[in-house]
Amino acid sequence: MAGSIIELTGLTRRYGQFTAVDNLSLTVDKGEIFGLLGPNGAGKSTTILMILGLTEPDAGTVRVCGLDPTTEPVEVKKRVGYLPEEVGFYDDMSGLDNLVYTACLNGIPQAEAGEKAKRLLERVGLADDSHKKAGKYSRGMRQRLGLADVLIKDPEVIILDEPTLGIDPAGVKEFLNLIVELSREHKITVLFSSHHLHQVQMVCDRVGLFVGGKLLACGDVQSLASQLFGKSPYTIEAGLDLPGSHSGDSAANQLLGDIMESIMHIDGVSDIRKENLMIRVACNRDLTGEIAAVVISSGAQLKSLNKREYGLDDIYYRYFEGGDNND
Amino acid sequence: MDWTISITDILKEVTTMTDTPITNTAGKSRISERVKHPFRVIMEKEISDHVSGWRFIILAAIIALTCLGALYTALTNISQAVKPNDPEGTFFFLKLFTVSDGTMPSFMVFISFLGPLLGIGLGFDAINSEHNRGTLSRILSQPIHRDYIINAKFTAAIAVISVMLMSLCLMVMGAGLTMLGIPPTAEEFVRMVLFILLGILYVAFWLNLAILFSVLFRQPATAALSAIAVWLFFTVFYPLIVSLITKSIEPPATATPSQLVAFEQFRLALLRVMPNQLFSEATTTLLMPSVRSLGPLTMEQLIGALPGPLPLGQSLLLVWPHVTGLAAGTIISFVISYVLFMRREIRPR
Repeated sequence: MAGSIIELTGLTRRYGQFTAVDNLSLTVDKGEIFGLLGPNGAGKSTTILMILGLTEPDAGTVRVCGLDPTTEPVEVKKRVGYLPEEVGFYDDMSGLDNLVYTACLNGIPQAEAGEKAKRLLERVGLADDSHKKAGKYSRGMRQRLGLADVLIKDPEVIILDEPTLGIDPAGVKEFLNLIVELSREHKITVLFSSHHLHQVQMVCDRVGLFVGGKLLACGDVQSLASQLFGKSPYTIEAGLDLPGSHSGDSAANQLLGDIMESIMHIDGVSDIRKENLMIRVACNRDLTGEIAAVVISSGAQLKSLNKREYGLDDIYYRYFEGGDNND
Repeated sequence: MDWTISITDILKEVTTMTDTPITNTAGKSRISERVKHPFRVIMEKEISDHVSGWRFIILAAIIALTCLGALYTALTNISQAVKPNDPEGTFFFLKLFTVSDGTMPSFMVFISFLGPLLGIGLGFDAINSEHNRGTLSRILSQPIHRDYIINAKFTAAIAVISVMLMSLCLMVMGAGLTMLGIPPTAEEFVRMVLFILLGILYVAFWLNLAILFSVLFRQPATAALSAIAVWLFFTVFYPLIVSLITKSIEPPATATPSQLVAFEQFRLALLRVMPNQLFSEATTTLLMPSVRSLGPLTMEQLIGALPGPLPLGQSLLLVWPHVTGLAAGTIISFVISYVLFMRREIRPR
């Protein structure tokens, strides 16, 4: 809507024989949180380095905020904040001093830098530790300090490369919430690279799936799911209890067969499987009500009914399966 | 720890002091004047890191102590050093730097011996430690040019070294002044300042070599060891190799004078590959004005020459090639490390 802020076209980067990023084209819109999802070594970090101008592409172009990072790296770096995978600070300086140093490198006057750093430390919840040496910070605190460090230059875009690596689950949740809040508050575009599906699903508006240097699919989680599971995006699981089923009664099996038969006849059902007393129905729309009606009218008891929507997990694994099959 | 704070405070004070007159004259640019150039920001940080670090304190203490020792031997032996009719009699004060009784080397020799250690000590982890701490990629993602980092590291180390050598030499001079009661002449003073500048250039050579190794090697320990290996090679092994080579091709006693001269020049050319040889020849010429030539002299050239000190200009002329050689070595290693650093891909850790 507001136009694109990062545009990559035909981006390629080779290391000798190995192609880290292969003809990548990608657009990130202003103000959105974009997730780069892929396994380790998929070329996510290389792409990020090229966006920042820290590595030159072999082919293709990068435009960030309308600028080319290879020729105008300083202008780009004024607008883009980057939090590397393992962010390093000067261990013998306090968290506050580390931030002030970054601020001064960004041309913020000393007095203002101190104020700003304090405000940001408070925002990321490190106000009490601001005078502690950065070497004594825990991993989660370092990442939060890193976030403050990225924000001190008032960036238009922030790039986070595996920012949640090595933080405990509670810390991750807090950290992700912080990112979302800050991005909404300051209207910052976020490029979030991760191999953690759930984290990406939690925060990102759109996701790009990255495997072997190629972008396999791109879109929000819903549209990715429908691209992949086009025929049957819904799975409904129904747990049954049949009279006499525990004694292995043949009448019970007969009843189960009948139920499955009539479910199969509902319009929109594409597949049905049973596992003991659980039946799993794949269908193209939400048929929970219809299935319940069939089960109850047959005389069996309905113990549970569960509708599953596809998450990024399924999409992820489905892609890797698909990728293997294509090779 | 308080030490660090006090130094940064002092730096802050200095900047505000120097900034105030500017802001007063141009009221409008008050805010913009306060904004420090990123290069200066990095340099100030590097200097305060050096000065507050244990490494520099230890190196400075070693050098200061040995220089005190040298000063002591010089002061106790200076009375024997001056002989009647000595052509250097007028350069009495310079003897402070060159006199020794054989048990302890002179100040000049100490500087040529410990200078490399100082340069290597301040440079061997310039780039690789930043990389290993993961700070390099963070700093490089700030809006600065990449070469600011390597330039600022070099400039900061040189600034620290210059201040240290300069103050050390001035202290030796001051001590000599009070002990001997004879002030140095203007020419002596200029010669001493030139000696200090030469010393800074010499240390800068080793500093740049160390920075080069810090770009080449990921591990600071490897970089330090390689730099020390180069230093040991030049101080211990290279002279041995040169003497082996020259012994094997030494002309017989019956050789013609031109052959002898050619041989001697070849031997000197081999020796002058060593930066420490260049430095010691150059300092000797500067601090002992009676040295008239650094190569072989024929009898013809000596006949009729009056034994007397060379004027400053002539001494300078004599050491000019040496200075050029040292400067070239310094620049070459800096250029190599600069190019390597600029072309390297900076990955986080």
